[in-house]
Amino acid sequence: MPLPGGTTEMEIVLAILVGLLAASGAYMMMAGRLIAYLFGLIMISNAANIAIFAAGRLTYAEPPLVPDGEYTPMTEVANALPQALILTAIVIGFGLLSFALALVFRTYFELGTTRMDDMREAEPRNMGGNS
Amino acid sequence: MWRYLPPLLPFAAFLWFLPRVLPVARGETGEYVWSWVPGLGIDLAFWLDGLSLAFALLITGIGTICILYAGTYFAKDPRLPSLQIILLLFAFSMLGLVVADDAITFFVFWEATTITSYLLVGFDHESAKSRASALQALLVTSAGGLTLLIGLLLMGSVADTWRLSGMNAQGDLLRASPLYLWIFWLIALGAFTKSAQWPFQFWLPGAMAAPTPVSAYLHSATMVKAGVYMLARFTPALGGTDVWIWTLTLVGAFTMVQASIWALRQIDLKMMMAYTTVMALGALTMLLGQGSAMAVTAAMAFILVHAFYKAALFLGVGMIDKGAGTREYTQLGGLGRYMPITAIAIAIAALSMAGFPPMFGFIGKELIYGSLEDATWPWLIGGAALVANALMVVCAGVVAIRPFAGRRRIAPRAYTADPGWGLWIGPAILAGMGVLGGILAGRFEHFLVAPMVSAVTGSETGAHLALWHGINPALILSLVTFAIGIALYFLIDPIRKALIKADPKTPGTEDGYDWLLQALKDFAAWQTGIVQSGLMTRYLQTTFVLLGGLIWGAVYFGTPALPPLRFDLDLFEWAVVGIIVGSIVLVLLTPSRLTAIAGLGGVGGGTGVIFFLYGAIDVGMTQLFVEILVVVFITIAMVRLPRAGYIPFHRISAVIAVLFGLAITAAMLAVLGTPLDRRLTDFFEATSLAEAHGRNIVNVILVDFRALDTMGEVSVIVISGIAALAALWAGKERKA
Repeated sequence: MPLPGGTTEMEIVLAILVGLLAASGAYMMMAGRLIAYLFGLIMISNAANIAIFAAGRLTYAEPPLVPDGEYTPMTEVANALPQALILTAIVIGFGLLSFALALVFRTYFELGTTRMDDMREAEPRNMGGNS
Repeated sequence: MWRYLPPLLPFAAFLWFLPRVLPVARGETGEYVWSWVPGLGIDLAFWLDGLSLAFALLITGIGTICILYAGTYFAKDPRLPSLQIILLLFAFSMLGLVVADDAITFFVFWEATTITSYLLVGFDHESAKSRASALQALLVTSAGGLTLLIGLLLMGSVADTWRLSGMNAQGDLLRASPLYLWIFWLIALGAFTKSAQWPFQFWLPGAMAAPTPVSAYLHSATMVKAGVYMLARFTPALGGTDVWIWTLTLVGAFTMVQASIWALRQIDLKMMMAYTTVMALGALTMLLGQGSAMAVTAAMAFILVHAFYKAALFLGVGMIDKGAGTREYTQLGGLGRYMPITAIAIAIAALSMAGFPPMFGFIGKELIYGSLEDATWPWLIGGAALVANALMVVCAGVVAIRPFAGRRRIAPRAYTADPGWGLWIGPAILAGMGVLGGILAGRFEHFLVAPMVSAVTGSETGAHLALWHGINPALILSLVTFAIGIALYFLIDPIRKALIKADPKTPGTEDGYDWLLQALKDFAAWQTGIVQSGLMTRYLQTTFVLLGGLIWGAVYFGTPALPPLRFDLDLFEWAVVGIIVGSIVLVLLTPSRLTAIAGLGGVGGGTGVIFFLYGAIDVGMTQLFVEILVVVFITIAMVRLPRAGYIPFHRISAVIAVLFGLAITAAMLAVLGTPLDRRLTDFFEATSLAEAHGRNIVNVILVDFRALDTMGEVSVIVISGIAALAALWAGKERKA
């Protein structure tokens, strides 16, 4: 049941955009530098939010409000549920990011590097391969 | 004397079991059931028939003797309490094993004996050799335990009962089942590993690293007999088929002969006893494979015979060790004058082992020869038994004569004499049992052997136990055995030297075990190196591969749906999308951190604009505020952090990332192709004003309908803020 207003095309484009964002974010996270990792994390957060938004279908310029004098919205308004979910997700994502940023800071001052593959305190290089 | 208290426990159990001999001999059985896991039909069920009762008496009786012996043997050792406790635990497990009637109960006790015997064999835990032997015994027997468990589960599923007695009642069903071969091999592997049959026999001599009382207990009547017990127990359920007869007979006969040959190679008397134990286990397996009433009678009598003389001899060798300071018979001699009680006890037990009349051992050996009448391959079995029995005569001669006769070969200790009563009383009783078994053969048959046989074969008829059956083939074979054995006894020294020379050239199955163990370790190291590389990027790659795979799986197995693919957007829509795509490219390609941050701002800002355009005003505002904060935070952080520098292109990561992104797009398209379920949205639209008195539906959802959720969200923010502060402050304290 696609919504009227020519928004289906934008949903498709957003689906592709979400894939692009997620792929770029994943690539940055796998790049092996803590700062790039943070950038990737931000991009994946954005991708997730857009994904939820598009999956709830788009309605052009109709905020989910109940107009004065009415009990329920009489015209077609934007889907309120994904918006509520995204609001939560944005704030949680921000909390995650600030904690990750603090960890990156600590890690750099403890280990003196931002290269992730050089961080082997917990699993030293000679741990495997030897019986 | 508290160290004499632990033996009282098995002795009390012995006294509990002893009077039950009378009803069991009349053909009654006892059943004791407590509910355990009623939902699965598993009970703590116990069953007392001739077989389990005889084993229970051996376990508690010899347990009493060995724990008492340990109390004296380790009198001044601080480890004595722990040894006696583990011995008690082991005795309890072993007792549970032989009286269990529920398959799961049986298995639990089976594994309990494996674990407690591991602790016992490795009791001298400061010695690396002792630990290695214990581990070997544990690995071999617990591998068999695993196959046993599968076998038991298969048996239970075929017979539709967890009771061993119930399975035994459905032997025809089990033998006709298509799963029979699987069941047989799984159960047989369990029995062969536990009872040290070839090719698993090597762990038993290794287990001689255990202290003497432990070896005496584990290898006379208990641990290693568990496999034999199980074969006997399952004879009604699984026995009598071709594969049963062939496998058990051949494996048992081969084990018996090769163990009796290698017994002659040993210098250490305890090791010699270990190999003769393997020989006895082989003989029992062979006889149970035959399964005729004669053979089963011979097996059951031999279980008792062997338990009596082997426990006595192990304990006796321990007394020699205490008295003379060594167990190597090439260094021993002339001890008879100093240790008369030890000498007599060992001599009587050895007579039973060699099978001389009027000992119980003579009857046991006659029964084995007697069973040849019904045997499948009398020549093979008879020949193997003849060789093994003759070599037993040699071993019995070595242990009984060499340490005591002749002249003293080593410098005498300051004090060489018989040990205290706590040591010699046990071997004396056991040796005496060997004599009683011969003289009172009829009573032993009536009260012990016949009930055992009827539990295994289901019929009362077996061979009769007597010292004199007249002149028959069995007697003639016995005489031949003696003649060969005595002749070989005088050749023991050259035989031993020849065997020692041949030993390194002979391929053994222990090499296979070592190879397997090393291969297992190498494989573990190899796969740990791959799975647990310690490289964070590798872990992230694994995560994204799995995540992408899961999403692809959901798309592949889900309902196929695709919305119409049209791209005729308005210009402003293209513009927003273009800004985001351009920003992504910027972040990916720029070497400058500030440019990358600006790109991130572009992504976040563009996302915010999308929210605004499609009616999500609150979301868009939040997005913009958060985006500003993120950019500010990261920019501040960049001042303190080093430059990321140029990040080299990584092909594998790129492929993973592209497949991951495609998975998400595919999933999104599948979602968009499926009709939207608006029930919740309709509910919120209808009730927002009516029930929650709010006109902004999104706000009403957050602070009213899902208020608890929002509170959780707020606590997450607070906690992450506190955690971030903690991480940052910790560094400051370090600097101060």
